[in-house]
Amino acid sequence: MEILMSIVVGILFMSAVYLILSKSLLRIIIGTGLLSHGAHLLLLTMSGLKTGAAPVLTDGVESYTDPLPQALVLTAIVISFGVTAFFLVLAYRTYQELGTDNMEEMKGNDSND
Amino acid sequence: MKNKPNDLILQTVTTMISFIIILFSIHLFFAGHYTPGGGFIGGLMTSAALVLLLLAYDIKTLNTILPFNFRMMTAAGLLISVLTGAGALLFNQPFLTHAYDYFELPLLGKTSLHTAVLFDIGVYLVVIGVTMTIIQTIGESE
Amino acid sequence: MINLPLLPILIPLLSAVLLMFFPKRIKVQRIISMAGIAGTIIAAIVLTAEVKANGIQTLNLGDWPAPYGITLVSDMLSVLLVLTSSILTFFIVWYAIIYLDDAYERYFFYTGVMFLLTGINGAFTTGDIFNLFVFFEVFLIASYLLIVLGGKKGQLRESIKYLLINVISSALFVTAVAYLYSVVGTLNMADVSQRIDELGSPGIITVIAIFFLIVFGLKGAIFPLYFWLPGSYSAPPIPILALFGALLTKVGVYSIMRTYTLFFYHDQGYTHQILAVLALLSIVVGVIGAIAYRNVKTIIIYNIVIAVGVILYGVSAMTPAALEGAVFYLLHDMVIKAALFLLIGIMIAIAGASHLNQMGGMIRDYPRIGWTYFVAALALAGIPPLSGFVGKLLIVQGGFETGDMVGPLLVLLSSLMVLYSAMKIFMNGFWGTPKEYHGEKAHLANRLWVPAAALVLIAIAYGVGSEAVYPFIQMAVEPLIDPAVYIEAVLKE
Repeated sequence: MEILMSIVVGILFMSAVYLILSKSLLRIIIGTGLLSHGAHLLLLTMSGLKTGAAPVLTDGVESYTDPLPQALVLTAIVISFGVTAFFLVLAYRTYQELGTDNMEEMKGNDSND
Repeated sequence: MKNKPNDLILQTVTTMISFIIILFSIHLFFAGHYTPGGGFIGGLMTSAALVLLLLAYDIKTLNTILPFNFRMMTAAGLLISVLTGAGALLFNQPFLTHAYDYFELPLLGKTSLHTAVLFDIGVYLVVIGVTMTIIQTIGESE
Repeated sequence: MINLPLLPILIPLLSAVLLMFFPKRIKVQRIISMAGIAGTIIAAIVLTAEVKANGIQTLNLGDWPAPYGITLVSDMLSVLLVLTSSILTFFIVWYAIIYLDDAYERYFFYTGVMFLLTGINGAFTTGDIFNLFVFFEVFLIASYLLIVLGGKKGQLRESIKYLLINVISSALFVTAVAYLYSVVGTLNMADVSQRIDELGSPGIITVIAIFFLIVFGLKGAIFPLYFWLPGSYSAPPIPILALFGALLTKVGVYSIMRTYTLFFYHDQGYTHQILAVLALLSIVVGVIGAIAYRNVKTIIIYNIVIAVGVILYGVSAMTPAALEGAVFYLLHDMVIKAALFLLIGIMIAIAGASHLNQMGGMIRDYPRIGWTYFVAALALAGIPPLSGFVGKLLIVQGGFETGDMVGPLLVLLSSLMVLYSAMKIFMNGFWGTPKEYHGEKAHLANRLWVPAAALVLIAIAYGVGSEAVYPFIQMAVEPLIDPAVYIEAVLKE
């Protein structure tokens, strides 16, 4: 299971890098979304999957899922949700101001400022 | 200006469904802490209901139904959460330490009252406030 | 008061939340934010005194015992950084009150600054590696708001790149934490250090060390990850640039310093060697940039890269003298960079442009500003008895102790180049033929000078009084040299 998940994470990272390297701003944002998904999945996988019990700790429990990564992944998801929302609004504003969503045309110019 | 789409079914269903969603979200909110649920999920579900209203009608209608300033709501929620956490400072306990006890309440019977609920109310408000601010910011320009 | 380590985080957080209630009332905004920062400074001073008297202070949030809950750890290094950041923010906000237009102040500028301070102080104080990520995000999101404020075309363009870089580095941070967690099974930094030691530091730890170096290197702008810095930092207005330049990269540097002395000190031949090489390359690249450009903003921004290189070279040497130098230089650099950014901000305000070709002869009309800049430039380069000197001396001494000849010489050589690049601004901006200036904010110049001069004064006091500061620095370095000090204070065995 962990190996399968690692492969999925790899695929997610791969597609994310491909999308981030493209020119269109929207694709880049989708790419960052995939990248954070990959990272979150990795975080969840790294603690071990399918241990066979809920993360409840009472006396004498033999197997339990580690609850910590679940808390971490929730935090990370919320943060990436906020940042992605901000990114989308920023991209939309930029598109309105600059009239382009092509990163090639967003290189800085050499004039002052 | 395009013709107004005929979304009678969506609007009719929304008026009923959204209240059910909000009620369920309040249930989720109170279920929190000992069972799955809590301020974050409750808030997210409430804002989902509000977004559904927004989809069926439009921003103006939503603003007349719910004349809230969602930014203020975020601020108020943050303030409640931070103050709940900081309340522990008064008793010289570490920040975010919570207190709870069991009370015999009329009708409800033995109930656990927990200061984490106050914290969760803050979270609930922040989540609704932030989500609605995001949606409004994106939606406003259209 | 067991919550003392928390106060420098809580006070700015509370004032940020209060500020959100009155977005349009500028006077209230100014008063609350200045009062909030002043309160933070007082709390930081009390905390420093407490740490000096009673050693490392810890606080387990929510009363969860140490390796399980989130622990805040105030050792001398973190309180000194918290104190410096708070003081700098105070003067920069003072400057911003004079400098910024009303439109900025109405659009959550102060809220952004207070959240930024919350995140920075939190990142310096936390003793939990995932909590470090959370505080990173707090100040990053605040910095996204600040960098885009104003919404000019160039600003939007650069904000997108800044945001993209940081989103990627955040994802890598989560990945690095995931790997670390899978190896050691804990997040408490003291516990992580202990477990790595117990495991005998397997090879995977070295991989994770490099991973963390990439993550923090992106934030701290080391070679070859500094590429976003000149573009993004030149976009926002001067007070925001000063905040970013003085504080943000330093959080990355602090994190490298902390992780490389607490977690990854076993395989120094590999990890610290890489760090040393990258640090020296940062110095070289920074020097080239600082000499090549004639835009005052860009010159000082490249000086950030040089300073980061110098500090990290000190960290990589890992001898007591070098680490003391690194801490000393880190504090010095925060103060002097903020002062320099504020001073060139005045020059830009007078000239209405940031290119040296459009400046000249300012010393005739503004002698005070000219000589203040001159002193600040000397301090930046490390001319004794000013503050940069002691730090560099210790770093060079520590470098020689390890038997490395190239590194210390490069650091020394870079001082000359830094002096040249800073003097270039002085010669071209203040000397030469006076020009007609039409800067919109020129009439503010003398009022803007006050906070900038105050920072230069602090820098001078820090240099002249280094004898008095030295015991604090020595105490700050203790847990860096011997992780057991840190572990014992947190886990209380």
